[in-house]
Amino acid sequence: MSLLEIENLSLSIGAVPVLSDVDLSVEQGEIVALVGESGSGKSMTALTVMQLLPHAARTSGRVLLDGTNLLEASEEHMCTLRGDDIGMVFQEPMTALNPLKTIGEQVAEGIRWHTRASRAEAEERTRRILDRVGLPEAKFPLSRYPHELSGGQRQRVVIAIACALKPRLLIADEPTTALDVVLQAQVLDLLRDLVAENRMGLLLISHDLAVVADMADRITILRNGQVMEDGEAAQVLSVRTHPYTRQLAQASTHVPEIRAAAAHNTLDSPQAPLLVVQNLTRDYPGRRLSLLRRGAPTRAVDDVSFSIAPGRSVALVGRSGCGKSTLARMILALDRPTAGEIRFRGETLTGRSEAELKPARRDMQVVFQDPYGSFDPRQKVVKLVTEPLHLLEKPPTGTERRDMAAAALAEVGLGSDALEKYPHEFSGGQRQRISIARAIITRPRLVVADEPVSALDVSIRAQILDLFADLNARLGIAYLFITHDLTVARAITDEVMVMEEGRIVERGLTHAVLDDPQSGAARELVSAAPDLKRALERRLREQG
Amino acid sequence: MTAYLAKRLAIAAITLALASVVVFAMLEIVPGDPARVMLGMNASETQVAQLRQQMGLDGGPVQRYLHWAGNLLSLDFGRSYTYSVPVIDLVTERLAVSLPLALIALALSTAIAIPVGLYAASRRGKTGDVISMGAAQLGVAVPNFWFALLLVYLFAVWLRWLPAGGFPGWGAGIWPALKALLLPALALALPQAAILARVTRSALVDVLSEDYIRTARAKGMPWRRVLWGHALRNALIPVVTIMGLQFAFLLAGTIIIENVFYLPGLGRLIFQAITQRDLIVVESVVMLLVATVIAVNLIVDLSYALVDPRLRSRA
Amino acid sequence: MKALANRSLLAGCLITGLVALMALVSFLWTPYDVTKLVVADRTQAPSLIHWFGTDHFGRDIASMIMVGARNSIAVALVAVGIGMGIGVPLGLFAAARGGLADEALMRLNDLVFAFPALLSAIMITAIFGPGAINAIIAIGIFNVPVFARVARAGALSVWPREFILAARAAGKSQTLITVEHILPNIANQLLVQGTIQFALGILAEAGLSYLGLGAQPPMPSWGRMLFDAQTRMTVAPWMALFPGMAIVITVLGLNLLGDGIADLLDPKSRRRR
Repeated sequence: MSLLEIENLSLSIGAVPVLSDVDLSVEQGEIVALVGESGSGKSMTALTVMQLLPHAARTSGRVLLDGTNLLEASEEHMCTLRGDDIGMVFQEPMTALNPLKTIGEQVAEGIRWHTRASRAEAEERTRRILDRVGLPEAKFPLSRYPHELSGGQRQRVVIAIACALKPRLLIADEPTTALDVVLQAQVLDLLRDLVAENRMGLLLISHDLAVVADMADRITILRNGQVMEDGEAAQVLSVRTHPYTRQLAQASTHVPEIRAAAAHNTLDSPQAPLLVVQNLTRDYPGRRLSLLRRGAPTRAVDDVSFSIAPGRSVALVGRSGCGKSTLARMILALDRPTAGEIRFRGETLTGRSEAELKPARRDMQVVFQDPYGSFDPRQKVVKLVTEPLHLLEKPPTGTERRDMAAAALAEVGLGSDALEKYPHEFSGGQRQRISIARAIITRPRLVVADEPVSALDVSIRAQILDLFADLNARLGIAYLFITHDLTVARAITDEVMVMEEGRIVERGLTHAVLDDPQSGAARELVSAAPDLKRALERRLREQG
Repeated sequence: MTAYLAKRLAIAAITLALASVVVFAMLEIVPGDPARVMLGMNASETQVAQLRQQMGLDGGPVQRYLHWAGNLLSLDFGRSYTYSVPVIDLVTERLAVSLPLALIALALSTAIAIPVGLYAASRRGKTGDVISMGAAQLGVAVPNFWFALLLVYLFAVWLRWLPAGGFPGWGAGIWPALKALLLPALALALPQAAILARVTRSALVDVLSEDYIRTARAKGMPWRRVLWGHALRNALIPVVTIMGLQFAFLLAGTIIIENVFYLPGLGRLIFQAITQRDLIVVESVVMLLVATVIAVNLIVDLSYALVDPRLRSRA
Repeated sequence: MKALANRSLLAGCLITGLVALMALVSFLWTPYDVTKLVVADRTQAPSLIHWFGTDHFGRDIASMIMVGARNSIAVALVAVGIGMGIGVPLGLFAAARGGLADEALMRLNDLVFAFPALLSAIMITAIFGPGAINAIIAIGIFNVPVFARVARAGALSVWPREFILAARAAGKSQTLITVEHILPNIANQLLVQGTIQFALGILAEAGLSYLGLGAQPPMPSWGRMLFDAQTRMTVAPWMALFPGMAIVITVLGLNLLGDGIADLLDPKSRRRR
């Protein structure tokens, strides 16, 4: 008998069907991946096992844990199972811990509740499990509060809570999505080791085929609440019998065709550089220690120099918090450098007034990560897309604005019927298209894109990357792509700059840097980055 | 923690100083001679001059302010013109009524509101929630002095259980004094309790949808323990904020309620002082009430730091 | 939840509309003349002739409630206007500028908050004597920091959002961004706060005129009617009952309206649909 056996599970919330006839099983000591795009119902499957569904949820079918049907278990019974027999790790470490309780209290709470251990005993066990997940007491005493820890450290605490009592089943719902690639690799390693040590069954939920290819024994692929395909991991991913699996796998390693043809192969460019950054530094004032004393300032960007040639596509990669977004904001003149200079089209931008910046802003636009947050929810698309027209010397008339907006939308593959709609009427991918339309309406020569595809599902991501490549080829727009995702850098850029602790530590042609990284930071990023092809090759080799 | 404390203390001190300037300036802009205003048209010139000197009205405005503020700091509020006693004596005597009244009302309102809020939040969307929040919605709309009139009608006129007004003084024994304060405190407390119950419920409902509540439940903690152990403490911050604001309203409320029940408290004192144009008493009592509001706000700020570790580590 | 929001919205609109209508009609017609004292008719219990009875001067209470609504609404409305007109620009400015301007405004807010409306009213009355204008000024002053806080907090939550960065990248000035993006995005919160302050204003005005610090006789006001009723509770309880109910119903209507708007516009409840 399997540890977890889900049979014919159907779930609806209110009148909306979420899951239909899902079958899934997890054996002891086995890692099973549940893969799907957003809205496929994978998180709801996990919450069904935990019996933590919203009140309006209605289920049918069977969810057996060691033969006990959890769908019929009482709340009291579930309380004895949760945390003891089933542990769960959530996606968002920043909000998963109670801000008012110490990490020690939060880990010990579950131990005391289930084992009736004394306070001292529970603390001892807490110390051991926190040490095991990489938070040794010497550096991370139990009296720490969550806000004193980083995202990666908080996720370790959440894992400690879930694994404190060595549950037989561990559910991890996108446990690394909110972390950068290096932290992701560390957390995945930790999970893998904990599972092996305690012979736990792990249900790993992810949208990323590359992540699960490395981890999972078996894979179940979910789409719109239905199981598309399931089987042994390497088998499913290499044979790709189901068209949807094939589509997912292709999309996650997608390289736009135009780029494959027209990639630049040298670092040098005959043209004068479009953007020159010289010795740029940005300090943030230190935390206030008392009324009169401040801590030492933190240096977010440290003596950075580089240039971008017209029409070139450059990636700026690095771990979260390395200073790449601060650098981008200074280039966009949204933040002031502490020292150094930025020159754009031969003119210096540093220290200019907003009025003097207008011509430069016209030629330099921005695309943000979050296609939901980058639009004013109260304005129609026509108003949103034409916002940068404010930068033109002669403001266009109403009909001119409409025409320009329609033209920009056509460039990104949207019809002019979009003009009179509000942003919430569009899907994530469409919104990112609108965002790009806004960026190109003034025909800029440089677009700075801050993680422009990381919030999108893989299949949508592939389409948006195609669009970026197409605009680069047709309109000659240069890009500065800020990303932590090396597959994106590989797909769309000519050059890569690697940033670490505010400095640029390596720079070169994209394929050269990614295939043969020289600096420690670049090597770390490359080796930690999940790579579907590499993972598959290794799995197939291991199996012979 | 010390930095946070120091900043809050400094802010309270600055606010208090500014408030004293405002109160002083208000009296400065009284049209005409304050002494003449107080004494009325029939007073003789010597009487006016005497009062001017007594009020410290000679000298420049800055000098007068410093004199006045210095006296305040040494608890010398001056002499009441109508009562011919030091204002400080009047105030302490009246405080013995007003302060217990405000405190009893605050305690009553908290004791009613928090359990109701907890109950409604834990039965969200069910009948109990709808009924208790409907009652709260109604309670918020009731003016406390009207509610007081209804209470008097019910308990004093009709049932004759409690006195309709007046105060026997603490000398008459604790029980008769408390009995006289019961209806006024109830009238003050219930509308405030309605507001506080609504705030408690909505703060709890917000907190209960947080991720860390799900984490706690995934640990196997039963619903009740999650509610008491995790949710309540996080919901306390908005609740304490409103309680602080309410204390100001309660103080102001005592002014009205004391007039309904003929209680010899600060509210009645200030009111009589206005009709008798005893400005020294007015400014002293106003200053005292303002200082109390500022002090309560300070206490609220400090209690945040007790509840929230994030504040303790920030300036 | 949506149905519930709509129900409070509907009830709120209905009640508020009726009260407003009553106040408007009172300009053209009231059952009896409220300025005329009819000694023969004094303290009559409610009947078909005088629905809510008469007061100690023989005036018709129903008519007085209708005329009193004018005063309550006018005072509360103007006080909300003062609060919004001064508070919202201040709050928006502080949020946009930050730093010293922000700190100064917050300290000023603390200062005004230290004077509950009733205290300001008492001080103003002590100096200038009683009157409806005092009530408006006192309540209005107290509303200023309330709106400044709401506007500032709302604006501070909008400023770091990406669409503001996009607008800045499009070269828009702080003022333009505030007008085009910030204000429309916090308008809902301001509207909800407006109805709350309106309701509180009605309550505060009633309290002030009960103490004799608000509208002066012979202008009828709800608070003053309750003051007159107090000493006559045993002989004419209706004198206290009906004006009080008028206050409760008006405030309840406004609060329901505010709740309804808040629920309707809350992104959380919108997502639930």
